Amino acid sequence: MNDTTRIVPAAAPASIRTCAHCGADSVERFCCAGCAAAHGLIGALGLAGFYNRASLPPGTLRPAPPPAPGFAARARALDDGRHELDLLVHGLSCGACVWLIEQALAADPAVRRARVSLGTKRLTVVWEGAADHAEELAGLVARLGFAVGPWTSACLRASDDSERRALILALGVAAFGAMNVMLVSVAVWVGTDMGEATRSFMHWLSALIGLPVIAVAGVPFYRSAWRSLRAGRANMDVAISLAVLLTAAMSLSETLRNGPYTWFDGALTLLFLLLAGRVLEGAARRKARGAAAGLLALGTGTAMRIDAEGRAEAVATEELRAQDRLMVATGERLAVDAIADTEALLDSAAVTGESRPVRIARGAVLPAGAINLGTPLLVTARSATADSSLAMAARAMEQAEQVRSRFVAFADRVAHAYVPVVHTLAAATFLLWWIGFGTGWQPALVNAVAVLIITCPCGLAIAVPAVQVVAVGSLFRRGVLVTTGTALERLAAADHVVLDKTGTLTRGEPELIHDGSWTEPDLRAAASLAAVSRHPLARALLRAAPAAIPAPGAVEVPGRGVAIGDIRLGSPDFAGAVDDPDSMTLVLARAGQPPVRFRFTDALREDAPAAVAALERLGLSTEILSGDAPGPVAAAAAACGIAAQRARATPRDKVERIAELQAQGRHVLAVGDGINDAPALAAAHVAASAPGATDLAQSAADLVLRTPRLAALPAAIATARRAQRIARQNIAASLVYNVIAVPFAVAGLVSPPLAAAVMASSSLMVTINALRAGKEQPWTS
Amino acid sequence: MDVLILLVPLALGLGGLALVLFLWTLRSGQYDDLDGAAQRILHDDPPSRRNGETT
Repeated sequence: MNDTTRIVPAAAPASIRTCAHCGADSVERFCCAGCAAAHGLIGALGLAGFYNRASLPPGTLRPAPPPAPGFAARARALDDGRHELDLLVHGLSCGACVWLIEQALAADPAVRRARVSLGTKRLTVVWEGAADHAEELAGLVARLGFAVGPWTSACLRASDDSERRALILALGVAAFGAMNVMLVSVAVWVGTDMGEATRSFMHWLSALIGLPVIAVAGVPFYRSAWRSLRAGRANMDVAISLAVLLTAAMSLSETLRNGPYTWFDGALTLLFLLLAGRVLEGAARRKARGAAAGLLALGTGTAMRIDAEGRAEAVATEELRAQDRLMVATGERLAVDAIADTEALLDSAAVTGESRPVRIARGAVLPAGAINLGTPLLVTARSATADSSLAMAARAMEQAEQVRSRFVAFADRVAHAYVPVVHTLAAATFLLWWIGFGTGWQPALVNAVAVLIITCPCGLAIAVPAVQVVAVGSLFRRGVLVTTGTALERLAAADHVVLDKTGTLTRGEPELIHDGSWTEPDLRAAASLAAVSRHPLARALLRAAPAAIPAPGAVEVPGRGVAIGDIRLGSPDFAGAVDDPDSMTLVLARAGQPPVRFRFTDALREDAPAAVAALERLGLSTEILSGDAPGPVAAAAAACGIAAQRARATPRDKVERIAELQAQGRHVLAVGDGINDAPALAAAHVAASAPGATDLAQSAADLVLRTPRLAALPAAIATARRAQRIARQNIAASLVYNVIAVPFAVAGLVSPPLAAAVMASSSLMVTINALRAGKEQPWTS
Repeated sequence: MDVLILLVPLALGLGGLALVLFLWTLRSGQYDDLDGAAQRILHDDPPSRRNGETT
């Protein structure tokens, strides 16, 4: 991810090797003090076998700063004096990590139970004693190198366990019923010499198994059908429920009069196949939603509140009120709009799209969502969190989102037209046989139900979910999370892209410019000073020279620079150099040597021009809408080959522009990362959040890009279009199937064995066709 | 066909047993972390038996 290889020269010291803990390039045995401590900790716990088994990308395990306190408040008290805590663990990507965390926690004498779920990244730990111990346990996991966050209600919603369990339960019950009833049915089908009494016994046996199973396993469909009917619409589940229930009723009547066949096997197999489709569909989206919620949870934070006596306490950001006094550390994001006691230097890229740090005068308002770049600030909150500009943006987003939720999926539109036709046909068949041919009502009902079973949208109901599963899974593997059900369909229709600049086309973080004003030794000297600071420019310097060893004894003057003896690295005035009009500069000053300037820029993502070109090739027109100044916007537009551009766009401007485009009938794909982009993302036909986007932008987006490559976007569009094409093919194929089979059903020529064969073959066909949706296309083509 | 009196309850009983077992696996959370379960089987050494080997 980092371009370390480009900057570390080929003639680097031979001593460069990889860190024994995190595996990143390192000069020493360990790349940093955190890794050395983690390695020591793992060794002391007797868990060093972890390193032989772990398979992680280098650098993943580098311990981050300790998590903000506040976990004790989230611990739940169990009876008998124990406490339980759920944590979200990041960087968890292999079985060895699960093992390491569980064993490390088990080594704590107070811990009674520790269980990590690899699928949901959730750690559940139960311990004996006070709730405060939660901080130490969370700290222990963090010291091993895994970032931890609270397990928020959003994570819980995303993991959606109860719904999934209900579906798996229904699936298991349906499987049991289908298999056992089929066993009995086959005996009836082939046992032509079977006596009347035995056949009656077989029918009763089928009913005994079939009726309770239909009652239990069909519940997910009955519920959804009932909801849809109350809303005055007929969805696919209405058709499914009616077919299943009518088949059950008809089969019971056939059992009572001892007819030749019952249809319990058909109803149960139908339920089983449909439930299998639902479980698979849920699993794919749940995984993506869980990953997206996890990204958000890491940002749910705490703020440092200073009480009347001057004591600092960590409080959850939701609890902040107007007039609260807060301490904002360097590098911390402001949770509320606030007024600072002193002048402040802010990175407001996420709020306004401005790529350069902004100086804000004393007494002016600091917007929520901006990051403090200067000295730690004492601020007074202007509003409670719920009323901050951040929350306003969230509400604007919700409003815009309601518009989008009116979108009806293609499959539902088909069902809307299809369901009444089928039911009319079945009713007509019933009347035809009952009144027209004068058969009894029971044989007439058998034929009518045969029509329902044959036309039951089995292939139709699996046609789209199967494609979704395959396409969403394929995108997930390539770092694109699809978080909403109709996202792929809307993405396939997109014909215009509105791109944000800062953080979307560009990396959104400063990058060292190789302008020849510094040499390799200069960089190494500066980086070893920068290693002690968390200032964004210092981090950027360190990214350019990751092998730097932190200089012992270096002292940071927050917001200004780092000094060791008379060597200074920092802002131009701190290092005693001429000030630069561009504030994205660090100066290294050493006694007896001219000062060295390191300039930084918010560089374009490497593949941004290629990605824009790929979008154009897919037939989408492109446009930049940025909150940044005209200069950088024009430069980025020129580099990417985008003609349409607009700078200094406020969030409202962006929403209006998108509304204007959509009023012209365009389908807009909005891509952004900042808080200022969120309303625009929500207003667009379909939205994607750029890699490293803010929480708000991610929750407004249908697609969350996790890979740093922007080329994922055209690739996702290509996949979505392909998926859409295959879904349409599937729907068409199952409709053709029905058109051929229906006359036979109306004529009363369809028997249960034939229905079973038709159902299985059409489902199999659409499933196999769906597998093609996952074919991985190259990133750029 | 007298044999059905024995075979049918036997088949139903076995099927029912499988259903009960399935419900038990579901209740005890065995389907909650399918990815983890596949990996966990490879890492079952209790820490007490490990003697601080180094890499």
